[in-house]
Amino acid sequence: MSLILDHVTYEYGSDTELAVKALDNIELVIDDNEFLGLIGHTGSGKSTLVQHLNGLLKPTSGHIYFNGRDIHENDFDRRALRGEVGLVFQYPEHQLFELTVFKDVCFGPKNMGMKPEQCEVAAYEALEAVGLDEELYDQSPLDLSGGQKRRVAIAGVLAMHPKVLVLDEPTAGLDPKGRDEILDLVKELKKNLGMTIVLVSHSMDDVAEYADKIVVMDRGKIIYHDTPKNVFAHAKELEAMGLGVPQVTSVMKSLADAGIDVPQDITTVDEAADVLAALCK
Amino acid sequence: MLRDITLGQYYQTDSILHRLDARVKIIGTFWFIISIFLINRVSGYLVAAAFLALVIKLSHVPFRYMIKGLKSIMILLMITFAFNIFLTPGEILVQFGPLHVSREGLVLALKMAVRLILLIIGSSLMTLTTTPNNLTDGLEKIFNPLKVLHVPVHEVAMMMSIALRFIPILIDETDKIMKAQMARGADFESGSLMKRAVSLGALLEPLFISAFQRANDLAMAMEARCYRGGEGRTKMKPLIYQKKDYLAFLVIYGYLVVCVLIGRVLPLPF
Amino acid sequence: MTNAENIVKTENLVFEYIRRDEEGNPIGVKAAVDDVDLNVEQGQFIAILGHNGSGKSTLAKHLNAILLPTEGSVWIDGMDTTKGDHLWDIRQKIGMVFQNPDNQIIGQVVEEDVGFGPENMGVPTEEIWARVEESLKAVGMYEYRKHSPNKLSGGQKQRVSIAGVIAMHPKCIVLDEPTAMLDPNGRWEVVRAARALNDVEGVTVILITHYMEEIVHADHVIVMDQGKIAMQGTPREIFSRVEELKELRLDVPKVTELAYELQKRGIPMPDGILTKEEFVTEFLKLKH
Repeated sequence: MSLILDHVTYEYGSDTELAVKALDNIELVIDDNEFLGLIGHTGSGKSTLVQHLNGLLKPTSGHIYFNGRDIHENDFDRRALRGEVGLVFQYPEHQLFELTVFKDVCFGPKNMGMKPEQCEVAAYEALEAVGLDEELYDQSPLDLSGGQKRRVAIAGVLAMHPKVLVLDEPTAGLDPKGRDEILDLVKELKKNLGMTIVLVSHSMDDVAEYADKIVVMDRGKIIYHDTPKNVFAHAKELEAMGLGVPQVTSVMKSLADAGIDVPQDITTVDEAADVLAALCK
Repeated sequence: MLRDITLGQYYQTDSILHRLDARVKIIGTFWFIISIFLINRVSGYLVAAAFLALVIKLSHVPFRYMIKGLKSIMILLMITFAFNIFLTPGEILVQFGPLHVSREGLVLALKMAVRLILLIIGSSLMTLTTTPNNLTDGLEKIFNPLKVLHVPVHEVAMMMSIALRFIPILIDETDKIMKAQMARGADFESGSLMKRAVSLGALLEPLFISAFQRANDLAMAMEARCYRGGEGRTKMKPLIYQKKDYLAFLVIYGYLVVCVLIGRVLPLPF
Repeated sequence: MTNAENIVKTENLVFEYIRRDEEGNPIGVKAAVDDVDLNVEQGQFIAILGHNGSGKSTLAKHLNAILLPTEGSVWIDGMDTTKGDHLWDIRQKIGMVFQNPDNQIIGQVVEEDVGFGPENMGVPTEEIWARVEESLKAVGMYEYRKHSPNKLSGGQKQRVSIAGVIAMHPKCIVLDEPTAMLDPNGRWEVVRAARALNDVEGVTVILITHYMEEIVHADHVIVMDQGKIAMQGTPREIFSRVEELKELRLDVPKVTELAYELQKRGIPMPDGILTKEEFVTEFLKLKH
């Protein structure tokens, strides 16, 4: 159950002289049950990359394999693939269209060819998984708050029972409260449903706590693919890309520069507080 | 694919055509369209094409860019071509079952196709070289006399300009929603009619909701910037005819005279 | 303090809206803004914080008479917004920048968009050009004046929107979550532009946001919750109340939180640390 990107290149406007390589020779393996953070600033190619994972975009050159099969082979069922690799777009609340929340969540499973009863069960379970109040199921999605709408949109993808869940900047535009709720939800989903997660973000702080591995993209290329701690060791390079490291890591770096012997791979406030408190005693 | 539509878009560069008064370009385009329907001879089409080629050269807009705009209306072009070629009675050249191609049909279809292409390139040249704001200013000024008849000239002009500004944004949005629904298994290309209708609803409904939301936001932003209709407004780029504009008018009317001569007066062999 | 010195003043401002069920029958009244007194002096940089639904945007829309109070009153430079006769003066004095960069740019060329406000005000042509140039320079977008807004990044679009507002020569600009839809780079561009306006041009700035890092340089911070002012003070005062901020589900900068956690572990770090530099300096002092 893995996704493999083999030398994937994607060009925009390849029929003109203004061709831009949005993805440049990407090689990436996404393992089962992995929590992958995909980081890059706007225009780094991260959104283009995730649209390749479920076959929405076709690489200009290179191949993508899902469970060992090339997803652009002629007889490959790409619609079924979209059920297996669930993609939640940026601002997904913009895609809600049915009269009620419940019906909207049923849209995906119905397209996957599930029977009406199965759809309803799937929708019910998905809405429960995202923690939406049951009394909201019959409401119009338009009447919900921003954070609630986003949950519904995520449920709409979950209801297709994907093995891999890809979220493109799921916290964009949310306030800190909404952001924490969504990030916690993603973590829960991984724990409870054993899904593979790909979380796209431009915030190191968002992924530092959650991801097993981090991929850093810049100008269509993968620059780093490593554990968070190893990636954050490249603070200077990351800053040059306009990304930076979690603020706590940056503090540790400044302390080290000032001659204090502190570990450089700390990412969370609690870890840092423990280390610094011990130093003072 | 949707990004390829260049019809009605402004192309940023500097050229004599870009600097002309919008009214010259609007009136010029109008006469050019008229001229295309005046001429009825190969020689006439050659003159029109030559004139257009000259103007394209002057516009500094890459020809390839314009052709890209043509692609999106290829279907329309093909349908007109098919209608003309198959449905015109006359001397039969080829017969395919119930369908036939007549000599008259072939000539008519070719003529119509050439006319349409000239017409589309000609009018897209106007939008390519004129910013929407300029375009609406021009239209507003040309139709200003109608205000006496209580025609809301300014309002219509403003609506047009806003529509043009939002076309690329809505195209991007369509693309995004379409992909988002495809990620949920929607199918826009195959499947039964019923299924496709549902998919289309899944595209159009969010698109409408978002368009209304944008309209709402925009209205608020415009009001916050003191917009209160055309009364008492000044112009950043007021339209005043310059020497080059009068010269351009001269060229256009000169071209028109040539077209009338070729089309209606001169006894040319073709 | 008299009204004349205050560019913005609200007194017992209440804004209620009617909640309706699916059939559109009223089911209750909810106060989005509930008894708010606000005083902003000319030249200040004010930040208004709060999570979504705290009433901060509703409050903002009262400041240039897009919304009118249900109860209480709003004065802009001494003019009462409920009296319709000064509407356009008020809208000229208070410029507004909104959240979505795409939905507030009217022109299809940057300079034409910036000229839109002055055109509406009836400013003579030559002066419009002068204002457009000066405004675009103030936000560092002058070199993009001939560009189409569609090709700009989010941060650049918002800077164009700010320029469009400054070209109207307002006394105060209200930025209603201008950075919510931007990436970190874009956010800094916008906040820097707003600070420059305040520092260099002396324009009063009211910045509404939910990002704590953006308010570090404000003169005064107001925290809203459920339509009311929950806390106010200098950034340092606000950030020293870490627990309360967390209760309001607001983000505290990580360094502030770190200093606070150290305090909890018995290390005497000072209250309200705002930046990394400050943290490092204070920590080094402790160590030596």
